[in-house]
Amino acid sequence: MAELADAAHAAAEHGAESQTVQEYITHHLSYLTYGKFPDGHWGLAHTPEEAVSMGFMSIHVDTMGWSLFIGAAFLLFFRYIGLRATSDVPSGIQNFVESIFEFVDAQVTSGFNYKNPYVGPLCLTVFVWIILMNMMDLVPVDWIPEIAMMVGGLWGLEHMSFKVVPTTDPNITMGMSISVFFLILYYSIKNKGIGGFLSELAFHPFGKWMLPFNLIIEIPTLFAKPVSLGLRLFGNLYAGELLFLLISGLLGVYQLPAHFVWAVFHLLVVPLQAFVFMMLVIVYLNAAHEPAHDDH
Amino acid sequence: MDITLTIIGQSVAFFVFWWFCAKYVWPLFMDVMEERRQKIADGLEAAARAEKDLELAQAKSTDQLKVAKVEAAGIIDLANKRGSQIVDEAKDKAKEEASRIIAGAQADIEQEVNRAKEALRAQVSAIAIAGAEKILESSIDQAANEDMLNKLASEL
Repeated sequence: MAELADAAHAAAEHGAESQTVQEYITHHLSYLTYGKFPDGHWGLAHTPEEAVSMGFMSIHVDTMGWSLFIGAAFLLFFRYIGLRATSDVPSGIQNFVESIFEFVDAQVTSGFNYKNPYVGPLCLTVFVWIILMNMMDLVPVDWIPEIAMMVGGLWGLEHMSFKVVPTTDPNITMGMSISVFFLILYYSIKNKGIGGFLSELAFHPFGKWMLPFNLIIEIPTLFAKPVSLGLRLFGNLYAGELLFLLISGLLGVYQLPAHFVWAVFHLLVVPLQAFVFMMLVIVYLNAAHEPAHDDH
Repeated sequence: MDITLTIIGQSVAFFVFWWFCAKYVWPLFMDVMEERRQKIADGLEAAARAEKDLELAQAKSTDQLKVAKVEAAGIIDLANKRGSQIVDEAKDKAKEEASRIIAGAQADIEQEVNRAKEALRAQVSAIAIAGAEKILESSIDQAANEDMLNKLASEL
């Protein structure tokens, strides 16, 4: 806790002397970006403006890196435990991993009514990965960025941004939700046939004489799925992170109790959002496996 | 919102992680838990079987006990019968022996009586001769009376 206080204090002083609160927050909400400069060469952006000038042809090294690191660490850890798992009475850590596994499996079994051996692993991956990415939110907001700035200073990047929570990057959340969207399309067409899939869009809910209205209703519904899925997760975590930043930027040395209260509250949001994401994946994929309606 | 290549990177990561999980993580736990489920099912089945076996064994033991009781009762009956038979035989034998002894005793007695009669007869004839001698005060011709006396003695 002393470190936390120190870091917070340093940040507060830092903010008071050289940065306004707005600058402090903006800095924390910017990404460490590697991309193509307008003049054509590739490199790390030194300022947020440079990062913006890169447009689409850039990659957020920080959130992407954390996302990959967390995902790989979780999967390797689970594999490590799985390889040592026995069917006897499970020991502590195996028990813990198994309880997560069983929890996810129970959700899939109850929510997904068709046979598809890949849905379980998908849900496990999504659930644990998102929980862990969200949990990065609970690391005090200045720890890792300050360390990153010290390391970055060695290469002349003493003001570099370093975002720690991958799920506060819409690229990360939308990257996952769009992947889920493609899965919805893939499984819909696979199970209903392209005709069945299109007829669901065109002839529902009002029958074939209302086709334009059906399309007006169904097409936005279809596209709303990935958008709402990705933005819900992003919005919740972004808001949570922003509040941590506000507390850190505005409250000075008296911020600790506020941090604590918000962290406790956030402890509910972290698994809840991961759970919501997983449940919606199950619901969407279940709908994609439903046989085509042939009553029209 | 700045959408960048990150979104594609994350999509790729998503599919790679999914594939890894489906191939190298999920089956491990699935297998272990299926194995454990099987073990538990086997255990429960064994327990049920043991319980049934116990029930059968108990039923069998009561049956055997019943049979044994019946057998024991039969044996006791037989023994009782044999016992009374032995007693009866012994009684019969004893009676036989008793009657044999009685018969022997009677024969002895008869013999004794006969012997006494014989002696008595001899003495009677002597007494009769002596008496007759006294009465006659003379000697009788022994040879002449011998027949008459013997006749008399055999009549006694």
